[in-house]
Amino acid sequence: MSGHTLLDRIWDSHVVSERPGHPSVLYVDLHLVHEVTSPQAFAELHRRDLEVRRPTNTLATIDHAIPTVAGGLRNASAAARNQISTLEHNCARHGIELHGLESPEQGIVHVIGPELGRTQPGMTVVCGDSHTSTHGAFGCLAFGIGTSEVAQVLATQCLLRHRPQAMRVTIDGKLDEGVTAKDLALALIAKIGADGGRGFVIEYAGEAVRDLDMEGRMTLCNLSIEAGARGGLIAPDATTSAWLDGRLACPSGPEFDTAKERWESLRSDPAAEFSKEVRLDASRVEPWVTWGTQPAMGGPVDAPVPDPGELPASNRVAAEQAQRYMDVVPGRALVGVPVDTVFVGSCTNGRLGDLRAAARVLRRRQVAHRVRMVVVPGSRAVKRAAEAEGLDVVFREAGAEWREPGCSMCIAMNGDRIEAGAVCVSTSNRNFEGRQGRLGRTILASPLTAAASAVAGAVADPRPFLGEHA
Amino acid sequence: MKGWTRIKSRCVPLDRHDVDTDQIIPARFLLTTDREGLASALFADWRDEAGLVLHDPRYAGARVLVAGRNFGCGSSREHAVWALQSFGFRAIVAPSFADIFRANAHACGLLPVTMDETAHATLVRAVTDHPKTEVDIDLERGEIWYADVEPISFDVDPFARDLLTSGRDALQYLLNETGAISEWEARHG
Repeated sequence: MSGHTLLDRIWDSHVVSERPGHPSVLYVDLHLVHEVTSPQAFAELHRRDLEVRRPTNTLATIDHAIPTVAGGLRNASAAARNQISTLEHNCARHGIELHGLESPEQGIVHVIGPELGRTQPGMTVVCGDSHTSTHGAFGCLAFGIGTSEVAQVLATQCLLRHRPQAMRVTIDGKLDEGVTAKDLALALIAKIGADGGRGFVIEYAGEAVRDLDMEGRMTLCNLSIEAGARGGLIAPDATTSAWLDGRLACPSGPEFDTAKERWESLRSDPAAEFSKEVRLDASRVEPWVTWGTQPAMGGPVDAPVPDPGELPASNRVAAEQAQRYMDVVPGRALVGVPVDTVFVGSCTNGRLGDLRAAARVLRRRQVAHRVRMVVVPGSRAVKRAAEAEGLDVVFREAGAEWREPGCSMCIAMNGDRIEAGAVCVSTSNRNFEGRQGRLGRTILASPLTAAASAVAGAVADPRPFLGEHA
Repeated sequence: MKGWTRIKSRCVPLDRHDVDTDQIIPARFLLTTDREGLASALFADWRDEAGLVLHDPRYAGARVLVAGRNFGCGSSREHAVWALQSFGFRAIVAPSFADIFRANAHACGLLPVTMDETAHATLVRAVTDHPKTEVDIDLERGEIWYADVEPISFDVDPFARDLLTSGRDALQYLLNETGAISEWEARHG
């Protein structure tokens, strides 16, 4: 008789030691490292004359600071080049596997971890990046940490943590054509709020979640942090195992079968109790866009932007500020609002399925002439796969730019950014003020909605673009 | 890191909810390999606003920031904490904090004080109306004192408090666990 949640199971199997009144010492199976949040952590190790405890549990890539225009580091600032060479030096010194610019597996940290099979069910995964929640799609306890904790994990392979609470979000029903995991996630965040997940790890369950492919599950878990959650989790199933089968770091042959059995047994007990339960009906979710400066400020693409006066008092001022910044009009829908830039990419929506979705809309169509569309694959592997099926040709023929892998316009610290005042429909994860460039305005959306908006030259509902056409 | 138990200071009221780490320090300032020198990057995109409270000379030298709920949401960048500290802040008072920001603040010795909405609103009003108001934060007792208001208790994780008051750090604590870590590794291959 037990009532353990999936979170409990993973947690309990990773506790190294516990003392009353102290946080637990939690073991980390996979530590992902990138150039921006690690230099000060390595410097701390060197200051204390410490080594990296488990280089083999550590995987590094370069993604945030690199330019995505062809030509690589020639286009990087001196500061970015210094940060990148610092990571190269630190990885060489400590024997850490690094997928730098010359590696055929380089890419966004949350894309390559799963791609290489390094992310496996039941693991604890951390990274100095808040979107580490992505790896929860594989049934991992995965969360972002700061640089001090990066140093702790490098030196001890452990972290100090109190056990988070478990929330279950059950999403029943089926998603309509043209509605994606991105729309689902944004609708959930709007429902529970920018801090609705604070203190919790969210386990996603229900028919609509089981029906998602692994890429959709990664998108959903990725965005858990935008509701303030510590992580997202989905119980591994046959879809998970099938996706991992044959990946470089995954077991193969009979060992795979053993692993598969173990992975697919990882789930919450039917009697498990959650501290909070939320339900959502997938069949009622529509293509979603944000109108504000928090991912929670959004609604269906054709729904009127809310009048702040009609919102709960505690959200009113923030909504007014956000609408002023975004220059949107309450009572009017975003559909038809002119767009300057469209960005498809990021750890949220930069995988092959996302690029296929965008290409589906763009095939035999043109990006409106006033719009700049930038498509950035999440990794070199995604880029190769997309090119193998000719997606790059679809993008180029439509008038979009086809780039090298990286975080690009999601974070605007690598040369890719939007202009002040520009409106960008973006498949990334944050619409914060200035996130994509100072005074830039970000509308978060799915790859389908982003591509439809690129063609229309204005925010558009993707559904009319999905039927047969000449 | 130096331990501390009390702060007595004026407070800057930044009465805004959901202040994300991109506002606290925009990403373009993250191209550094240093922890120091980020004071000028703090709220960099807001600095041009003439009415920005940080420019108000009446709050000059304040070591406490009073912010709205869900402070520090968004990115895990610890640079946000470093920038606040470089600017001179030692404590942030808010109705709630984002989880990663709170962990980063503790790790660096910046105190996140969670105060209930009503007490928080009263404090915001007091320091807005009377900028010379000084708060006295007593970390060991978990209390804030100001003006003639009854002392307000706040919860602080006892372990985090011990680290803050003693100046010890979590890395050293974990290094002391090396024996248990090795045993765990031996058990789990």
